[in-house]
Amino acid sequence: MKISINDVEHVADLARLHLDEKEKEQLAGQLSSVLDYIDMLNELDTKDVPPTTLAVFIDNVFRSDEVGQSLTNEVALANAPDKKDGFFRVPTII
Amino acid sequence: MDREIIIGLETHVELKTKSKIFCSCSAQFGGEPNTNTCPRCLAMPGTLPVLNKQAVEFAMKAALALNCEILPFCVFDRKNYFYPDLPKGFQTSQYTYPLARNGYIDIKVNGKTRRIRINRIHLEDDAGKSIHEKNYSLVDLNRAGVPLIEIVTEPDIRSPEEARLYLEKLKAILEYTEVSDCRMEEGSLRCDANISLRPFGSDKLGTKTEIKNLNSFRSVQRGLEYEVWRQNQALDNGEEIVQETLQWDEDLGVTVPMRSKEEAHDYRYFPEPDLVPTVITEEWIEAVRSTIPELPDSRFKRFVEEYGLPEYDAEVLTASRPVADYYEACLKFCPDPKAVSNWVMVDLFALLKANNMELADCLISPENLGEMIKLIKEGTISSKIAKTVFEEMFKTGKTASTIVEEKGLVQISDEGELRALVERVVAESPKSVEDYKNGKKKALGFMVGQVMKETKGKANPQLVNKLLLEILDN
Ligand SMILES: [Zn+2]
Repeated sequence: MKISINDVEHVADLARLHLDEKEKEQLAGQLSSVLDYIDMLNELDTKDVPPTTLAVFIDNVFRSDEVGQSLTNEVALANAPDKKDGFFRVPTII
Repeated sequence: MDREIIIGLETHVELKTKSKIFCSCSAQFGGEPNTNTCPRCLAMPGTLPVLNKQAVEFAMKAALALNCEILPFCVFDRKNYFYPDLPKGFQTSQYTYPLARNGYIDIKVNGKTRRIRINRIHLEDDAGKSIHEKNYSLVDLNRAGVPLIEIVTEPDIRSPEEARLYLEKLKAILEYTEVSDCRMEEGSLRCDANISLRPFGSDKLGTKTEIKNLNSFRSVQRGLEYEVWRQNQALDNGEEIVQETLQWDEDLGVTVPMRSKEEAHDYRYFPEPDLVPTVITEEWIEAVRSTIPELPDSRFKRFVEEYGLPEYDAEVLTASRPVADYYEACLKFCPDPKAVSNWVMVDLFALLKANNMELADCLISPENLGEMIKLIKEGTISSKIAKTVFEEMFKTGKTASTIVEEKGLVQISDEGELRALVERVVAESPKSVEDYKNGKKKALGFMVGQVMKETKGKANPQLVNKLLLEILDN
């Protein structure tokens, strides 16, 4: 499967990655070979295998609706690079 | 050219669980910013979600009340996008295997029933709240992780009015089931709309736009009306509709395109590896079904059949569960359905509206309203005086009989006392008497009015009428 420079740019954009031209070239090649490798799985006949979303076979793990301890505002914001009046402060969104 | 309007709605509803969907932080609205968070809903590395069972059951209850089938197997997926109020970098939602499908809501449009089909209902977590300032934005993650259901209709809605009616009915049903507060002003019920136009008779859908930020019933209808007009205008001018996401601006009354960067969405859904599938058995479904109360449609039917109410009354009274409950509680104390309906729908609603209050804040207990209506029926107070009594009850919460006694408002039904007064009024109104004798029946009303005025409204009007006729016709 051939990954184009456009595809790389699109994926990089979604992942908020800034790539230079050389990196784009390089990644286009690498991503193509990754997909080729995964494509080998398509050689297997999976007609009778149900789709799997998980490697473990358990279901219905729940917690009951009880309120527990939350963090204090100070602790919640402790790792934030920027804050104001108890809020996380971030660059302008709109 | 006249075109057909095609609308589909996506409604997000916050479920009123005590705790969040994947952690034990409080899900209660309000609170100081960032005080209901923990490593899990802040998406600290290494933390794992565990599904709140109550959220699943509330979602099931809502789905059943909306006539959906619950699917036996549902799976959470990651919906990937970056936004500062979404700490995980993805929303945990259900994509391939939603909780429920194939439901419907019946709405009444101009007296006719229209069925709006529901395509799917799925469970997901809410994002935090952003406040946009001039040079920066502020983020509060108290809402991040509150359980939501998203209810997606088929494109069955044919007018902005129908969209509003659908949403009002949806809100009523969800309030009846008590799975959500449905407070649009607090964002616990939010609506996005997809809308396109096409020539009548065509079976091909036109290019649609999506309108976000329709935060009240009024803005749903207004936003869609504006967009119908805008699209018609564009098509009339031979322009093509651009598929885009628009933001409704309530103040300016226009839809404006959102920045295209934001809508270049490619969510790359994939199954959430940190959560196990949910398997829902028939027994579980039936257990949840048994908790669903009587819903607006059947209550409406019962109010018409059992109480003999006009359809209009039944419609208004059953549109909200607190009102319907209040009405039926009043009936226990005063089994006169139409009289109670009039007092609730007309007088009580007017006072609530004038004072900007909700029924929950009302000081008049059902028992007291029932007693007041009884006083009217027994002739202790006239219906005119009752209005005064009612307003006093509304203000003070006192019983009708207390107010009547304190203010000396008992109706005068003593025939001797009234006869003397009626005779005096007749003697003092020779012009009206003459008019009456000349066939002007309106003159009678004037004299009744005079007697009522003399007694400050306390005279029994039927008796006054009877006495006047006796005296005049002799
Ligand atoms: Zn939490």
